[in-house]
Amino acid sequence: MRRNDFRARGHAGWLAFAVHRLTGLALILFLPFHFWTLGLALGGEEALDGALRWYQMPVFKFGEWALVLCLALHMAGGLRLLWIEFGQWRGLRLRWIAVGSVLSLAVSLVFFANMLG
Amino acid sequence: MSPAVQAAKRWYWQRISAMAMALFVTVHLIVMILAIRGGLTAAEILGRTRGSLAWGAFYGIFVVLVAVHGAIGLRNMLAETGRLSERALSGISLAAGAVLLVMGLRAVAAVTLGGGA
Repeated sequence: MRRNDFRARGHAGWLAFAVHRLTGLALILFLPFHFWTLGLALGGEEALDGALRWYQMPVFKFGEWALVLCLALHMAGGLRLLWIEFGQWRGLRLRWIAVGSVLSLAVSLVFFANMLG
Repeated sequence: MSPAVQAAKRWYWQRISAMAMALFVTVHLIVMILAIRGGLTAAEILGRTRGSLAWGAFYGIFVVLVAVHGAIGLRNMLAETGRLSERALSGISLAAGAVLLVMGLRAVAAVTLGGGA
């Protein structure tokens, strides 16, 4: 990798791109499982409850928090892109990435706190 | 339609679906944060959604937007690998969109049909 490439990848804008891509991919891969779980309700309430009991395991709880964080980050990153493409802005807008990330983390932590409480 | 026009249309629909989904994702995050309190049960989920035309319409439109947005996003990711033809890209993304659409609408039907009026 050329030095220039390496430096470009340390830029907040590249990081924002990478996060948007990875969260988008994670959400696409998750959705079939999400839809399958909800589809269990076709077999009645008990069938859906069976899956929901599985999801009480710590690994799933961590996963749910991570997915909420992915969704919030993907939305924050998407809003940033829309504003860059359609909005009126000035300057380097580096703070948008930081603000979007912090807000997304905050939303996911509220979810996590409610999950435990 | 030339490939360039098709690419422009994909860009356009990616943005339109994103703008609409900003609203849907915000509502979804709020509902999740409220619903996860005290654990998630099928009775709680279905009590909210069964027989509800409003939630049925909300999630139905959400699924359509997700299928469009996810299919185009996946196509963009695969295109950047540079290993697939336009034909293959379109085939894979259309198939992925169809899977999300069918599974998603099935899930919406599962949680909204039956129950109240």
